[in-house]
Amino acid sequence: MGTALQAVALTKWFGEGDARTLAVNRVSFEASFGEILYIVGPSGSGKTTLLSMISGILRPNEGQVLVEGRDLWNQSDDAIAEFRLGKVGFVFQDYHLFPRLSTAENVAIPLILKQVPWDQALTRARAFLEVVGLADKGLLPPLKLSGGEQQRVAIARAIASEPDILIFDEPTASLDGDTGRKIVSFVKEHILNAQRCIIIVTHDSRIFEYADRIMNMEDGRLTGIANGGLHEI
Amino acid sequence: MSRAAVPGILKIAFKLLVNDRGKFAALLVGILFAVFLMIMMTSMFAGILKRSSATVLNVGARVWIMDPAVNNVASSIPMPDYVLDAARSIPGVKYAVPLYSSVALVKLRGGTYQAATVIGLDDASLYGRPQLLQGNIQDIYGENAFLVVKDAEFSKLGNPGLGSEFEINDHRGKIVGIAHVATSGLFGIPTLYTTYSRAVSYIPSMRFTAAFILVEPKSTADIPRIQQAVARLGYQALTEEQFVQKVSDFYIYQTGLGTNVLLMTIISFAVGLSISAQTFYTFILENLEKFGALKAIGAKGRELVQMILFQAAFTALTAYGLGVGLATLLMTVARLRLPDYAAEITYLNLALAFVMVLIIAAISSLIGIRKVIRIEPFDIFRG
Repeated sequence: MGTALQAVALTKWFGEGDARTLAVNRVSFEASFGEILYIVGPSGSGKTTLLSMISGILRPNEGQVLVEGRDLWNQSDDAIAEFRLGKVGFVFQDYHLFPRLSTAENVAIPLILKQVPWDQALTRARAFLEVVGLADKGLLPPLKLSGGEQQRVAIARAIASEPDILIFDEPTASLDGDTGRKIVSFVKEHILNAQRCIIIVTHDSRIFEYADRIMNMEDGRLTGIANGGLHEI
Repeated sequence: MSRAAVPGILKIAFKLLVNDRGKFAALLVGILFAVFLMIMMTSMFAGILKRSSATVLNVGARVWIMDPAVNNVASSIPMPDYVLDAARSIPGVKYAVPLYSSVALVKLRGGTYQAATVIGLDDASLYGRPQLLQGNIQDIYGENAFLVVKDAEFSKLGNPGLGSEFEINDHRGKIVGIAHVATSGLFGIPTLYTTYSRAVSYIPSMRFTAAFILVEPKSTADIPRIQQAVARLGYQALTEEQFVQKVSDFYIYQTGLGTNVLLMTIISFAVGLSISAQTFYTFILENLEKFGALKAIGAKGRELVQMILFQAAFTALTAYGLGVGLATLLMTVARLRLPDYAAEITYLNLALAFVMVLIIAAISSLIGIRKVIRIEPFDIFRG
């Protein structure tokens, strides 16, 4: 398995002087293609901040994010935006689907941002909806779908640009336990492949069984990396 | 790899805008209302200004000689006869004729009185005569003969026909022709034409009688020389355009009309701006997370700016079109009831409203752009 990305001594603080809060403190790790890596820990442990830094959203104060041997944060803003668009797929906690667009149009957004012509983008979006089992829901607005279905639309949107790295932020937070497990199981079976790395931030222990590795964070520090399920943490 | 302008992004922007029907309608109504008011106010003003110069436009003389204190047609100051003689002797003058203009009381057959503008045309040339719809122009030389203008005020004389009679300052008057003019007057009273000599003898006058002297120059190049020569006499010679401008300036700057219309236009603009800016800001706020999500997915700042500018421009231009359409419709309906309804949409009105709409769109979008540029995708992750 090759390395999808490498975090080197990533550090992030907010505020200055006495008000400075250290959110992530010298965290280093590697994520590999073909694996599902969980970042777990209690609220305020720095999981989301770490996720934002490795996905090109939040600039670290110190440290590096190496992708294909190059430091992500040493590049221009446009290049970082291109990285997010081409290399990373996001599934946000609240999905952030556009209620005024159809489901297919929501999925097509990354393709449209990549300048794929509108009709082509929609055709490809419908194909990705088929991958997530929502082929017949393309014309509906997202609000007409159940929570689990909306999650699948968000996944279809995240994979539409065929990214190397998929980022999930609390994917089961808005779902019941059964639906949450089904979603993550589906992701492991159908979305993960040898050319893709999936990083999931969660504190839902019910889905730990699907992880290849689990990173535990507390107070901004990486406190351990375990292979497999919860029992190793 | 750089990405240029993305039409797909604009399509998304369009759908985000128009699919939010409530907000889109509120945005349209705000700007439409402003455009409608601006067009109505400025069109009425343009119509009033044109009406204020009706006699100048209808007579159509190239050069008008008048007392320098005259600032509108209705308040003419009669000039002594020597001015006419002097004008005729100025090199470059092809011919010069007097014009009588005053207001007289007409007693109708039913015994009621009606004020009317009386224009006295030079007896020899009838220079400045109106186009006749009925009757023969030669009949104006007949006894007590008058032409009546068939405009919106025509009915105030009891819709007279050829041969209708009336009294004017205890003189008998007889309609021998029904005429049409390009522009109706401002003051809502009917217009009668007769010869200069009859006007002077029928209507009480001061010592001098020529309200204006109409000059036809031999060539356009002679006009400045004529103006200088007239100025040396202590009078003023203006081309038709200059006279219209002088009358307009009087109404704009020396009456409250210009200020009031300007104030109303500014208020319309402010109302439209406040409604649309506030609604657009709310629209942006409601979609802020979505813009943040787009940024997180990989949209660049300039692409989001394009989306907002497109949304603002599309809304503004649509509302502009609807506003102009509504104003035109209202004026058309008004003209069905009032044929001489004094409102006129000019290119200047349209351009003024268009510029104001662009300013509204620019300010509204600027507020949205500031907000969207500042949104951090990290905030989307933090919820």
